[in-house]
Amino acid sequence: MRLNFHAQGWLLALPAVVLLATFTHVPAVSTLIDSFYATPRGREVAHFVGLEQYRTMLADPIFWRALQNNFLYALITIPVSIGIALAMALWVNGRIRGRAVLRLAFFTPTILPMVAAANIWLFFYTPDYGLLNQIIRVFGNSSVNWLGSPASALPALMMVTIWKEAGFFMIFFLAALQQVPPDLYEAARMENAGRWQIFYRITWPLVMPTTLFVAINALINAFRVVDQVIAMTGGGPNNATMLLLFYIYQVAFNFWDSGYAAALSTVLLLALAIVALAQFFLVDRKIHYR
Amino acid sequence: MSRLPSSSINTAIAWLFGLLWALPLVYAFWAAFHPAAYATHFDLISPVTLANFVRAWDAAPFARYFLNSVVLVLGIMAAQFLICTLAAFGLARWKFYGADVLFALILVQLMVTPDVLILENYRTLQTLGLIDTLTGIGLPYVASAFGIFLLRQAFKTIPRELDDAARMEGASTFHTIWRVYLPLARPVYVAYGLVSVSYHWNNFLWPLIVTNSVNTRPVTVGLQVFASVDQGIDWSIICAAALMTSAPLMIAFLVFQRAFIQSFLRAGIR
Amino acid sequence: MSTITRIVSAALAVLALGTSAASATDVTFYYPIAVGGPITKIVDGYATEFNKSHPDITVKPVYTGSYQDSVVKAMTAAKAGNAPDVAVLLSTDMFTLIDNDLIEPVDAIATSDADKAWIKSFYPAFMENSQSGGHTWGIPFQRSTIVQYWNKEAFKSAGLDPEKAPKTWDEMVAFGTKLTKRDAAGQVTQWGIEIPSSGFPYWLFQAITTQNGAILANQDGTKVAYSDPKVVEAAQFFADLSQKYGVMPKGIIDWGTTPKDFFEGKTAIMWTTTGNLTNVRSNAKFAFGVAAMPSKVRGGSPTGGGNIYIFKNTDKAKQAAALEFARFLTTPEKAADWGIATGYVATRPDAWQTDMMKKYTVEFPPAVVARDQLKDAVAELSTHDNQRVTKALNDALQAVLTGTDKPKPALDRAQAEATRILKSYQH
Repeated sequence: MRLNFHAQGWLLALPAVVLLATFTHVPAVSTLIDSFYATPRGREVAHFVGLEQYRTMLADPIFWRALQNNFLYALITIPVSIGIALAMALWVNGRIRGRAVLRLAFFTPTILPMVAAANIWLFFYTPDYGLLNQIIRVFGNSSVNWLGSPASALPALMMVTIWKEAGFFMIFFLAALQQVPPDLYEAARMENAGRWQIFYRITWPLVMPTTLFVAINALINAFRVVDQVIAMTGGGPNNATMLLLFYIYQVAFNFWDSGYAAALSTVLLLALAIVALAQFFLVDRKIHYR
Repeated sequence: MSRLPSSSINTAIAWLFGLLWALPLVYAFWAAFHPAAYATHFDLISPVTLANFVRAWDAAPFARYFLNSVVLVLGIMAAQFLICTLAAFGLARWKFYGADVLFALILVQLMVTPDVLILENYRTLQTLGLIDTLTGIGLPYVASAFGIFLLRQAFKTIPRELDDAARMEGASTFHTIWRVYLPLARPVYVAYGLVSVSYHWNNFLWPLIVTNSVNTRPVTVGLQVFASVDQGIDWSIICAAALMTSAPLMIAFLVFQRAFIQSFLRAGIR
Repeated sequence: MSTITRIVSAALAVLALGTSAASATDVTFYYPIAVGGPITKIVDGYATEFNKSHPDITVKPVYTGSYQDSVVKAMTAAKAGNAPDVAVLLSTDMFTLIDNDLIEPVDAIATSDADKAWIKSFYPAFMENSQSGGHTWGIPFQRSTIVQYWNKEAFKSAGLDPEKAPKTWDEMVAFGTKLTKRDAAGQVTQWGIEIPSSGFPYWLFQAITTQNGAILANQDGTKVAYSDPKVVEAAQFFADLSQKYGVMPKGIIDWGTTPKDFFEGKTAIMWTTTGNLTNVRSNAKFAFGVAAMPSKVRGGSPTGGGNIYIFKNTDKAKQAAALEFARFLTTPEKAADWGIATGYVATRPDAWQTDMMKKYTVEFPPAVVARDQLKDAVAELSTHDNQRVTKALNDALQAVLTGTDKPKPALDRAQAEATRILKSYQH
């Protein structure tokens, strides 16, 4: 009997195991291996070059720019989307009139394909007669070339991510808010606590697990941004919006430099692995569990 | 529910924010339903037209793109249900040798999605001869760590007595899954299905690489191919196309709002 | 042989011919044309026409997006063992396609005397990016040069002669200054000129360098001259237009929205491909003119656009069919038809002598501007590892135009990068 259920377990898991091995685990390992080889030209065979690709990478200013941009992306989009998502959840959860419409407005961006959203925002950002600039000019300021200035290009992309993500995160905060026992709020009101006090003392600590969960999610997403770069800036101007996964795509499918792409992919894997470890050690230990 | 009364200032701010948040979409609707000349001039009495949608539809084989997307997401969902159910059941019910290690390895895919290892996976598809096929787009996603995780959790909550009862009646493993587990875990399947369909309808980079021809191109890639012009952009048509590709999910969402939100909720909460 | 036998053998022969003719050769054709439904329909129309007149061949046109998208698609497909049979790709992709062993030299399959004459029938300016190492690799199909479009009404309001576009760099600045209008709050409502700089600024820049007498790369595609003083000078002028003279918007100007800017009256002059001619003609609600590029030490523009490439194929019948289709697309009549429908320059001199073209140029004189400019045209920048080498220049130009960097250091860096990339191609 014993052998039977071990065997059964593996048999049931087999299809999943085979597929996961084929498309996740084996490619991850072979990416690492490929990064130690030079890119073959034409019909040649690849030859071993050790750490050469990594040396090229460390000397490549575009790589550093991409890495820096990804970190900036994470640094800014995470707190901003969390903050906005929490605010949205508080509004939708409260007894505001038109709640359902609000919820619709907040969540709809999440449903759109990123490339559709990106093209809509491209239009929105157009200098002079794009809506955003039309509004700005009504207030007397001059039109901003959002995607054409290095200083504003990356923030402009971040805004698109935040627009899409905040509604999604709102849902999780909504669920968390609905789990907060109402007697806590009663008790607070009886002690004449102000709105902000209630938030700091009750709401915030109790949604902490959700906040951390959402933050990890957002962190992973920050390293996988690519759709809007393809649709809106192509990495420009002058690499101001160059991001790691887009650079990998460009190196692999525009430059056809497979060795270098493998090295870059290894770095991406490393970044994701670090996030996974962070999640395991930090999040799973520090949460205020009920 | 929060018992805090809402001040009217709070309400006003919320509405203003909601309006701002909806602005890009509203703008897209405006541009799509008005002639090109009015796309950037907000003349409230300008004529409403469907011409942009017609032109977008004609300019690229969107009908085929939609068909491809529908077949793709439904196919992926069906395959995911099958494969993830089997694996989740094994992992939930039995502590077989290596089950824990296996589960940990499976969870790696939560972060290392197929588009991260894009070149390697592309080469694998090449070897398998699956480039430019719908199967090729879906295959890497079918064994979904997310699905296995969700279903495993759901299965774990099903009381063992039901399992044993079924066993006593001589049911095989498959029978047990079919008769006992599936019906009880139905809400989770619905939730997962909605999340999966949304994700794969909107997926872009991987299908972009895998597909070359119109026969397999999903709507997201079709939209981007259509919008990346070398000869001058017509915003009205592009907005119309963007709205068209988003329409199925948006309509589904409007009709099934509660279900969607519950699904995403359930899918996210561990 | 008895009569019966003869009849039977003849019948059998006809049957045999019939059978082999009945199995049509499928030819996959990738082409990069984008918005503007009519253009996709025209290509589809050509394919249908060809299929009708060649019952043994079926051409399947696949539209693959922009030039960038199309070359990625074609190469991705080719590396998967699924190359298209024939494709229209940028003329500058030539070295990349050769290096990856993907295309067949046309002169290797087009060997008859008629074929040889066909290859010789195109404008030499277009053949510069089509030939290398003594072979012809691409056949010009949708080729262009950069032209100036100007808004005649805006010129009139600014007190300029509406029939005269700027002819020199100095005139560009002078006219631009008169044309740049500001409103009461000091915001610009109309710019003098827009030269797009998103995506592939090197192409527009190449017009400026040509006018300054510089050449950016050698014929073999193994060396570039980004840091040449004349090139630096050209970059300085490009930057000065927005930063010093204030006649062009600052920062990066998007390629795709420039025509719309022109229609909306946001700019009085724009530089863009002649391929936009039909687009401008349909959408500009004011009188406009089309002129050749201005000159500094000389006039001129790089050529641009796409060639037809025939891919390597184990199926020789498909390759022959692809060649047949290529010949079909480039007859004088087709070349004229295509030029009229799009605004691209009809690629062979005899196309301009056809009746339909003669009629068209009488109705619409701006159509000949891009062609007349061919005598001053230079080959478009094209090297091995083209994408990377041009990216180095694109990045440098965008740095200069956004004010992040000065021309000389930016171009020196680009030169160093390009030299590094091209090192392995020197022999």
